[in-house]
Amino acid sequence: MTTPLLELSGLTKAYPGVVANSEVSFEIARGEVHALLGENGAGKSTLVKTIYGLVQPDAGTMRLDGQHFAPPEPRAARAAGVAMVFQHFSLFDAMSVAENVALGMETPPALNRLAAQIREVSQSYGLPLDPDRIVGDLSAGERQRVEIVRCLLQEPRLLIMDEPTSVLTPQEVQILFETLRKLRAEGVSILYISHKLEEIRTICDSATILRHGKVVGKCDPKATAARDMAEQMVGATLATPSRAGGRTGEVVLELSGLSAPAPRAFGTALKNIDLSLRAGEVLGIGGVAGNGQDELAMALSGEMSVAPGMIRLKDREIGTVGVNARRRMGLLCAPEERMGHAAAPDMSLTENALLTAGPREDLVRHGFLRWGRARGFAERVIERFDVRTPGPGTAARALSGGNLQKFVIGREIMQRPEVLVVNQPTWGVDAAAAATIRQALLDLAEAGAALIVISQDLDELMEISDRFAALNGGSLSPPRPAEGLGIDEIGMMLGGAHDMTPAHGEG
Amino acid sequence: MIRLDRRPEPSRAWTIATPFVAVALTMVAGGLMFALLGKDPVEAIRTIFWDPLFGDFASYSRPQLLVKAGPLILIAIGLSLGFRAGIWNIGAEGQYILGAICAAATGLAIYPAETWIVFPAMIVAGALGGLLWAMIPALLKVRFGTNEVLVSLMLVYVAEALLASMSLGLLRNPEGMGFPGSRNLAQYPSAANLDLIPGTGLHWGVALAFAAVIVGQVVMTRHQLGFRVRLAGQSPRAAVFGGVNPGWLVVVCMGISGGLAGLAGMFEVAGPAGRLSIDFNVGYGFTAIIVAFLGRLNPIGILLAGLLMALTYIGGELAQLQMNLPLAAIQMFQGMLLFFLLAIDVLTNFSFRFGRRAVA
Repeated sequence: MTTPLLELSGLTKAYPGVVANSEVSFEIARGEVHALLGENGAGKSTLVKTIYGLVQPDAGTMRLDGQHFAPPEPRAARAAGVAMVFQHFSLFDAMSVAENVALGMETPPALNRLAAQIREVSQSYGLPLDPDRIVGDLSAGERQRVEIVRCLLQEPRLLIMDEPTSVLTPQEVQILFETLRKLRAEGVSILYISHKLEEIRTICDSATILRHGKVVGKCDPKATAARDMAEQMVGATLATPSRAGGRTGEVVLELSGLSAPAPRAFGTALKNIDLSLRAGEVLGIGGVAGNGQDELAMALSGEMSVAPGMIRLKDREIGTVGVNARRRMGLLCAPEERMGHAAAPDMSLTENALLTAGPREDLVRHGFLRWGRARGFAERVIERFDVRTPGPGTAARALSGGNLQKFVIGREIMQRPEVLVVNQPTWGVDAAAAATIRQALLDLAEAGAALIVISQDLDELMEISDRFAALNGGSLSPPRPAEGLGIDEIGMMLGGAHDMTPAHGEG
Repeated sequence: MIRLDRRPEPSRAWTIATPFVAVALTMVAGGLMFALLGKDPVEAIRTIFWDPLFGDFASYSRPQLLVKAGPLILIAIGLSLGFRAGIWNIGAEGQYILGAICAAATGLAIYPAETWIVFPAMIVAGALGGLLWAMIPALLKVRFGTNEVLVSLMLVYVAEALLASMSLGLLRNPEGMGFPGSRNLAQYPSAANLDLIPGTGLHWGVALAFAAVIVGQVVMTRHQLGFRVRLAGQSPRAAVFGGVNPGWLVVVCMGISGGLAGLAGMFEVAGPAGRLSIDFNVGYGFTAIIVAFLGRLNPIGILLAGLLMALTYIGGELAQLQMNLPLAAIQMFQGMLLFFLLAIDVLTNFSFRFGRRAVA
């Protein structure tokens, strides 16, 4: 049992203009949880896709169990015992759990037999899941269980998990870790990709750190400080976000009895949300995905119209005011979904600057676009937020997720908002970029803007918020001062662990 | 095995090359079809593409090029706006007919008074006729969420029935000895849409089509409307976030395309056609859909595509006359053009890779 389960040697993959992986070599032992660390664009995705058969390397070899391993497609990788849980779920909302699992299998058994298998597997690994429920009704954590159970049914030897905890409550994270420990005890190896270094220190046995496509370090995460790992990842010393803090001004935004029906199927209705936000204040809103975050952000941005008096901006009723008019009044918004919502993928960064910055940056005059000014604005965002791209003429879809996120957040911050609503500002962004974004948000608050930060990353919310509130089933808990708030209290505010399937945390 | 890989950015080279490759492939496949029909493929292709411009009867067919291309371009420019936004007005043919009916009715109402107001009044009536006809699918879509493809297409057949009724009834020429069809507006000086330069085919409608190309180009590249149209077509959610009201955009795009189609009908009925009759419409509204896509929904491209399409029309007629090719073969030839265009279009966003995928 001394041969490692998976052995990578000299893996190299180049794309036009960028070397994604260069001479990557490391080993994953049997029954270990191996962390893969790196900034966005460090080449983690390419590497994982290579192992899963989605990408063919230009050079280098892999050995699985001592055998030559070069999966031409995911099917071959799955047959060899490699399974993967993606960051983005590929589930159909309108179908049941069992149907979704069947869709991912080569030769699915009859649906009732499959349902029995799902029950069995989910029970034995401590992941309660009802195969007959419709996926659209599940919480994000439960959806992830569907993906995990789908993988476990293949009895994998290597399970790859890409950012698995980004959608989970603290309690759900504990449940997931129990499952991973159980798998490890059975000899399954796990390749664990995450930005959350504390988690890696909790669960992982060894770690490989990637930077610019190369392996820059290996360490025992239990014996290494999170800060050291982060600095190896970035290749520089990290600054913790800081603010002088504390001074808040007048109430600028007021929500009273904000209610709205779900804008689409499987959406969440907003229920009677009351809130007042002062200038210079950061309000963090936590909650498990799908509890009304998108809907609240849309009601605030103006994409979803509500009764006039439900939203007041500086004593003006704006519930029915349009998106651009709200921008002119100083209320800006950065949605969660970068591709196709915050940015148009096929359009250039200059055009994407025009998408929201027209009214405040004077980019449109008499209906005509001022391309020069728009390009200048895009260039300033790129420079200030260190967006790595050849230039403002690049299509948004050509940027990595983290880079595009820096651009769309930067685009709003650079417009000097009076009230800024951001949804998942650092989602899928590497540690250094996340720190930049958080610092920029804090600086903005310092300068007197009021901020609402909606996020599922509780560490982030605790780091930057003055007050904290939680969304649960479309209702907002009363905000509480963030300082001194314990993780258990937060967990209760978020609505429990979602661990027993039929109870879904709200009445 | 052939594999398609998505390009990180749309290929510029292929965006430009696609129409040329499509035309070349159409010539090859069309030539094969003509050969199977027992005709000389080289002669057939020459008759369609070369003879109308430089053949023995070119002095007759050359002006026809502009006469046919004018309405195609004018309608296609309007359609391209909506198509870019993902609003599918398939009923330009009906809006074209309504434009012609309204314009002719306006002209005939004033007949035989000779005053300068007649022609402008007909232009306004034509544009309004097309615009209002397009508002039916637009408002139904905005208000009730109906499918504009179906409604606008079905309204073409309503428009054709209306045209027949007008030609046989209300607008029939009282001095026409009972034959169906209206008075000849081309012979009513105040209403006639004559060649601006005699013998060239360049009438007011063609001039307007050229102007529409320029305005279209400016709107698409420099105006907020063009930006919103592209945004809505590419990412509807981002468009809403960018402040676009989807319903408003449907009304504007349908209105513009309907208005331009109505104008095309007006210039046709007052000029080349001269009068309303049962067979007044010859499919410009449908062909303009092909022209819009052949021109890559780009105004300059549409200008070139309109001229090319007009050429295949005239050349196709010549080929029918001179080589006894069936009309269906000519229509198939034109269909091939759209087919190849859409097929090759894949290369703009994807790159082909042949075979080997397993070997590392």
